[in-house]
Amino acid sequence: MSTDRVNVLKTYKLYVGGKFPRSESGRVYEVTDSKGNWLANAPRSSRKDARDAVVAARKAFPGWSGATAYNRGQVLYRVAEMLEGRREQFAAEVAAAEGLSRAKAAAQVDAAIDRWVWYAGWSDKVAQIAGGANPVAGPYFNLSTPEPTGVVAVLAPAGSSLLGLVSVVAPVIVTGNTAVVVADEAAPLPALSLAEVLATSDVPGGVVNVLAGSAAELGAPLAAHQDVNAVDLAATASDTGLATELEVAAADNLKRVLRPAPAGDWTADPGTGRMLAFLETKTVWHPTGGLGAAGSSY
Amino acid sequence: MTVGYARRYAPLVTMPPSVAPALADVTASDAALRRFLHGLPGVDAVGLDARAAALGTRSIKTTAKAYAIDLAISMIDLTTLEGADTPGKVRSLCAKGRAPDPSDRTAPSPAAVCVYPDMVPVAREALAGTGVLVASVATAFPAGRAPIEVKLADVRAAVAAGADEIDMVIDRGAFLSGRYLKVFEEITAVRENCARAGGGAARLKVIFENGELATYDNVRRASWLAMLAGADFIKTSTGKVAVNATPPNTLVMLEAVRDFRDATGHQVGVKPAGGIRTTKDAITYLVMVNETLGDDWLSPHWFRFGASGLLNDLLMQRQKLSSGRYSGPDYVTVD
Amino acid sequence: MTNESTPATGSPAAPSGLFTYAPAPESRAVVDIAPSYGLFVDGEFREAADGGVMPTLSPATEEKLSEVAHAGAADVDAAVRAARTAFTGWSALPGAERAKYLFRIARIVQERSRELAVLETLDNGKPIKESRDADLPLVAAHFFYYAGWADKLDHAGFGPSPRPVGVAAQVIPWNFPLLMLAWKIAPALACGNTVVLKPAETTPLSALFFADICRQAGLPRGVVNILTGDGATGAALVAHDGVDKVAFTGSTAVGKEIARTVAGTSKRLTLELGGKGANIVFDDAPLDQAVEGIVNGVFFNQGQVCCAGSRLLVQESVHDELLTALQRRLRTLRVGDPLDKNTDVGAINSAEQLARITELAESGEAEGAERWSAPCELPSRGYWFAPTLFLGVSQAHRVAREEIFGPVLSVLTFRTPEEAVAKANNTPYGLSAGVWTEKGSRILAVAERLRAGVVWANTFNKFDPTSPFGGYRESGFGREGGRHGLEAYLEH
Repeated sequence: MSTDRVNVLKTYKLYVGGKFPRSESGRVYEVTDSKGNWLANAPRSSRKDARDAVVAARKAFPGWSGATAYNRGQVLYRVAEMLEGRREQFAAEVAAAEGLSRAKAAAQVDAAIDRWVWYAGWSDKVAQIAGGANPVAGPYFNLSTPEPTGVVAVLAPAGSSLLGLVSVVAPVIVTGNTAVVVADEAAPLPALSLAEVLATSDVPGGVVNVLAGSAAELGAPLAAHQDVNAVDLAATASDTGLATELEVAAADNLKRVLRPAPAGDWTADPGTGRMLAFLETKTVWHPTGGLGAAGSSY
Repeated sequence: MTVGYARRYAPLVTMPPSVAPALADVTASDAALRRFLHGLPGVDAVGLDARAAALGTRSIKTTAKAYAIDLAISMIDLTTLEGADTPGKVRSLCAKGRAPDPSDRTAPSPAAVCVYPDMVPVAREALAGTGVLVASVATAFPAGRAPIEVKLADVRAAVAAGADEIDMVIDRGAFLSGRYLKVFEEITAVRENCARAGGGAARLKVIFENGELATYDNVRRASWLAMLAGADFIKTSTGKVAVNATPPNTLVMLEAVRDFRDATGHQVGVKPAGGIRTTKDAITYLVMVNETLGDDWLSPHWFRFGASGLLNDLLMQRQKLSSGRYSGPDYVTVD
Repeated sequence: MTNESTPATGSPAAPSGLFTYAPAPESRAVVDIAPSYGLFVDGEFREAADGGVMPTLSPATEEKLSEVAHAGAADVDAAVRAARTAFTGWSALPGAERAKYLFRIARIVQERSRELAVLETLDNGKPIKESRDADLPLVAAHFFYYAGWADKLDHAGFGPSPRPVGVAAQVIPWNFPLLMLAWKIAPALACGNTVVLKPAETTPLSALFFADICRQAGLPRGVVNILTGDGATGAALVAHDGVDKVAFTGSTAVGKEIARTVAGTSKRLTLELGGKGANIVFDDAPLDQAVEGIVNGVFFNQGQVCCAGSRLLVQESVHDELLTALQRRLRTLRVGDPLDKNTDVGAINSAEQLARITELAESGEAEGAERWSAPCELPSRGYWFAPTLFLGVSQAHRVAREEIFGPVLSVLTFRTPEEAVAKANNTPYGLSAGVWTEKGSRILAVAERLRAGVVWANTFNKFDPTSPFGGYRESGFGREGGRHGLEAYLEH
């Protein structure tokens, strides 16, 4: 009599400040595949988990935004490398999460890997398309440069558990922001696994923090948090009531708000919009003057 | 002052007015002097230009203009510094100094007539009894490229001939090559040679030639250097190079004399020279003096214009103010 | 050194000095203000639907300059409809043609700049030398700059064929009435939008004169609509369903309210709000220019500037020297008749603003900061506030945290660059900052770490149409000016 080997199941955890804690609330919820089969228990994050994640993201911000663009690009590329090595695992998780065939799920994973590569390359180019010298009418050197806005709360889109997630996280962090990501409530496992990839990819702890749970429950404290600079409302695409509520809350400290777009094709060319949405333009002036000032005729 | 050079010549000369003890050792060595001068706050050229330009937009009308015109006239060092100068030319200029506007005896006289050293006796005689002073350039003006003995002899000759004031030039070559102590010692020596045999001394104006110093930072350093060496006046330029007095380079010097008095209690005059031709130009300078230094410098004893053509423009404007009509060049004298 | 009894060395031009400046008033005759003005809707002036009117005063004299219509909800609706109707034709016009209208406007502004400068000074209270030498030249330059973009939008980096957004609702403040109008209208029109603009309640006149410039330029009717009114008018405008884009410059409190209003809609929003700019002076600064920069930073336009350098952060080692120089300089400021060409500091824009400044200044004293003003005689009528310093201010004082929007400078100290940056950033605002040092690497290092949309190094309060302007954090979002300024008015 042969017995099948009993699988070792994975305990999925949150990812906060480079560590993998359980929810402080002790809550979990059941995650199923598209047919309703049990996949895992995911931690159900609380407001306090969100608070901790913001603290971690803020702490990581100076180092990450102060890193060279070249360095950030290499780190993002390293994420692609690590993900490539775990392609099979993610294909299986995406297939289960989204009810896709193995081939279609693999295509999603490939696209997600390629998206990291695409954004990795932007790290040291975005300043050149979004900034530049301004020819002011006076003896001044004037330069505009884009800078990361700070801590960004990302409510990940529903329906695309890995590619959609990567498509909203990578553009936030490539420019130097740090992120608190709320994974799609219905399909959080690829996001929680991605955290393991990030942890082994030279992404400093706290740069990306991944929470699982309800976008409505976690979105409210994040949108109202005075130390969060921006919020991506992608998860609220089908809930205009929630989107409005969160945007109103975000007005309290004038967060930059990226409104949800109608569910689209995440494989399309992402453009630069998601990077530019979380950048500030800083313009620095400095006098130039002449070489022989005392001799300059009046 | 405990400068070596000053000590060596101490038996021969009056010491310069005491500079605050705190600054006494900055001239102790070339290195100390360099450290001090390079430690002065920098000048941002664009900001300085903008400030001077802003002061240039003051609108000076009616009574204020009348005051400014008469004050400006009284501050002029009426100047002729040409190779072609003759006793006749100098006498003619002195006559203009005695009575600037023959049609209006209320017009004030300029402060001084400024000539080359060999013309001092002529000017002295022509101005006797007028209160108009005689200023003489010296120290191998305008280039200053002569041995120190020649420069000092030049000064002594002018003083002996009766010059009330000596306008010396600094050694720009030494300054630009960083030999600040050499410049300092030369000024000190000239100052000593301004002493008159019978007591007292000619007032010393030290010309920087700002156009050759080229940067505002250099103008500020030269200002402090000259004041530390005992200058009575600091002066922008000879009038012989392309760029002479400008509002901003003069403003740097105004700030320097202000700060020097704050530091030492010792007041020094300022003389912009060259390129100041119109009443509007002169008023711009007076506004700068007014708003940078205030009343204490609003007198011919502390501020001068080195100019010649300026006087007639001021006189024409003066006539306009009193008559209500615009005047013309035929109604002022050409001397 | 912190009180008036200390002798001022190099005493400046006090009004009682030897060289006093005779009055040099700019002539009012160059501007003809009608007794009343209507709303400018669909190319015509009309009364408010409910007949409402409100006066506009000269803040320097409290004299009533004119009466303007007070737009209500029906007028907002009419103006938005007019803008919507005009949008079809205006957005379809080739960019090169739109450009020519904007060039025309720029030129007419230049031609009428003396008239507009005097008008602005009368209605706002700012010194004529500022309206003449700063506001008006910048207004014309702004239209000239954006005119040139109108036919080049495909190359602006917002996609191959960016489209206009639609009808823009624009609400502007009273501190730079015509300049803020230019910042709003020029890029909007260049991109093919039509606008409904509401000038501030206390400074409506230059926008109404601008309506006349639109008429002279032959601008198609409905492309620019001007609604005068109060806060309620503005609220109705930004809430109107027919509006596609809202642009607001003003207080952070109102900005937040507008953000809540447009939440959940598809309206695009840009906000240019308050500030509490730090002006950081290191001990190796060019001190004389730093003094000028500090003065220009907080007394330009009576300090009623969102990007004012209202917090002076001075390195302790140079504090006394700098403050002595600053106080000496403040004694030369000429406060008085805004129309006098020699006036440096004019009138506060309104009684309400004066009350706010007064209240905050009193809090500064109550909280223990040391108040200092140069002696100056203020006119007996009108709204005036003497240029004021608060010494010994700490970050906890209200005068260090709240936007005063008046001629009041709070002086704080620091010891190290790190501390300077930390204090400068210690505010919810993030609009402007200044850095004064002769050390190039320090400028770049500090500028990089300051969270502010504009950093002036060894200068302050410089503006240019090519240079993007706007804030971090609670100073708002979006940029005005430059290529960046197009983004708010394009779908892409």
